[in-house]
Amino acid sequence: MAQLFSRGANAFARSSLIVGISLAVGTLLLAMKLDRSPAQTDEGVVLAQPVPFSHDHHTAVLGISCGYCHTSVEKSAFAGLPPTQTCMNCHKQIWKDSPMLEPVRASFRDNEPIQWNRVYDLPDFVYFNHSIHVAKGVGCETCHGPVNEMPLLYQAVSLQMNWCLDCHRNPEKYVRPKDEVYNMDWEWDPSLDPIEEGLKLVQEYDIKPQDTCSTCHR
Amino acid sequence: MAFGEQSPVGKGARAQASKTQAQMAKPPELPLVGAGHDNKSVTEEISGVVFGKTPLWWFGALAVSGAVMVMMLYAIIYLLFTGTGVWGLNIPVGWGFAIINFVWWIGIGHAGTLISAILLLLNQSWRTSINRFAEAMTLFAVACAGLFPILHTGRPWLAVYWLLPYPNTMGLWPQFRSPLIWDVFAVSTYFTISLLFWYVGLVPDLAAMRDRAKNRLAAKVYGVFSLGWRGSAAHWHNYESLYLLLAGISTPLVLSVHTVVSFDFSVGQLPGWHATIFPPYFVAGAIYAGFAMVLLLAIPLRVMFKLQDFITLRHLENMGKVTLATGMIVAYGYLVEVFMAFYSGNQYEAFMILNRITGPYQVQWWLLLLCNALAPQVLWVKSWRRSPLVLFLVSIVVSIGMWLERFIIVVTSLHRDFLPSSWGMYAGTKWDWALYIGTMGMFLTLFFLFIRFVPMISIFEMRTIVPDRKNLDEAPKGGA
Repeated sequence: MAQLFSRGANAFARSSLIVGISLAVGTLLLAMKLDRSPAQTDEGVVLAQPVPFSHDHHTAVLGISCGYCHTSVEKSAFAGLPPTQTCMNCHKQIWKDSPMLEPVRASFRDNEPIQWNRVYDLPDFVYFNHSIHVAKGVGCETCHGPVNEMPLLYQAVSLQMNWCLDCHRNPEKYVRPKDEVYNMDWEWDPSLDPIEEGLKLVQEYDIKPQDTCSTCHR
Repeated sequence: MAFGEQSPVGKGARAQASKTQAQMAKPPELPLVGAGHDNKSVTEEISGVVFGKTPLWWFGALAVSGAVMVMMLYAIIYLLFTGTGVWGLNIPVGWGFAIINFVWWIGIGHAGTLISAILLLLNQSWRTSINRFAEAMTLFAVACAGLFPILHTGRPWLAVYWLLPYPNTMGLWPQFRSPLIWDVFAVSTYFTISLLFWYVGLVPDLAAMRDRAKNRLAAKVYGVFSLGWRGSAAHWHNYESLYLLLAGISTPLVLSVHTVVSFDFSVGQLPGWHATIFPPYFVAGAIYAGFAMVLLLAIPLRVMFKLQDFITLRHLENMGKVTLATGMIVAYGYLVEVFMAFYSGNQYEAFMILNRITGPYQVQWWLLLLCNALAPQVLWVKSWRRSPLVLFLVSIVVSIGMWLERFIIVVTSLHRDFLPSSWGMYAGTKWDWALYIGTMGMFLTLFFLFIRFVPMISIFEMRTIVPDRKNLDEAPKGGA
């Protein structure tokens, strides 16, 4: 009777062990990697907007503070988007004929708000409140990144749940003095230990972030 | 000359054989193999079950069990599209059939591991003809068991991160302090080790099947799964080391898996659950139910495939003895439960037992005593212990009794909450029953496929005990 298997069968069987295990592990790793990639999280993705508004120009160059436009950030869950009137405070005078700003003027004329595309879009099953974070010393930059260097706004972080929980579980790594919340360039004095200072602030501001399910999933 | 035909007997097996010889010399013991068998006839008869013509009844049996399995699939699909509300579960009884059937199936699996691992380490040569299909039974029973908790999660596709710890983007881990997560580890370890043990034990036989197969495709399939086994001394050496090692790993699992399952209850602070007797009582119950199931499978199998020479009355009798012994431990457990309820002086414990005895589920409780404590007592009689019919009937009764035991434990403790305003009643719906009976269909379907494609008795291990029979036949009457 002829041999059942060819000479190469042993090599095939042995290599299938390595290939099989690598395929299984590789597929899992790839899936985990994809789940954390911008394709899934939109991290770093620039959204098209009706007007190419530059945070970089308005804050870093012109020196306008965050709170000038996002007025309700200290008082409510939503930081607030400025009404067209806020834009027109200046743009009645400067760049008043710029074709780029036509949607703004149109909005002002027709009394129709500009339809911005939301960059930081949390799922509807997540409760988030800006005011408490600002009140406890979480800087704008901590979540929104270097907005003062963004000609076009993008999502600076993954917004995945482990990102939220990282701060809720270790707030000392992220808090800053309350009066530095709007400062985009703030850093701890290099001579100080940031974790130690953070722990002091956590104590001082009575920061007790919850990480139970119902804190955010209400 | 086909290599798989050789049957070198390992050192361990040889020691085992000579020990058996001493036991066999005692007159009252029944023989382990029928008269007149040699290596060739053993191989031919066992592999003949696979290579012979498929008996007509097999198709009928597979069709029936397959149809029942389809009912299970239908029950699962309906459940997934509608939600666990189709089951009878509700507050206060949030753990109904889902956990009852899980524990029932997991328990059944334990006999296979006990036979294959513990009896191997104890040199009990009577395990030889029943270990293979008992191990297969373990695998299929654990597969059935696993369905229930996974379906009970309601959304099994999300259960991955509820059950398994892995670094996910939610920064969430399972609750490691909960016995439910210990269960996941216990059961998955159990399944993996059982599968490995079963498969490793199969390799030499698969090689024999490869060498005997007339069909070239069959030979190739058996060839792939026999992993290039040629029966060389080095192969046997590796095999024996690995098999003993796996037996060593499996042995603690016989005790640990059902101990962890019992923690699901005993960690909870509920009258009737929060008891230190639970782990040993559950393990004994598991082996009890498991041996009943092995008997239920073995008795028809040996008749249908004419394997009375291999699965002998001695095997049946020994299994009957184990059933009786574990049944007595279980009965002791019931006694202790009642005693502790009053000895503890705790009014809730006392109420729980009185409620079991006289409450709305008293019929099930008394039936459970009848099935589990009283029925196996008939096995004290030697002639009944050696009667396949009596053993078969007792096994059916015990299987029902063990299901009732889990029903009583789960339901009676939950349905009378601490506050009378929260009291309720529980009964399975038709979907509960469809799923439960359906898993029996799946179990039998897998089992019928198994006996048709794989030698259900270990050929090469049977050969190791054939010489004992020869010696017995040739020995002068009155002992060696």
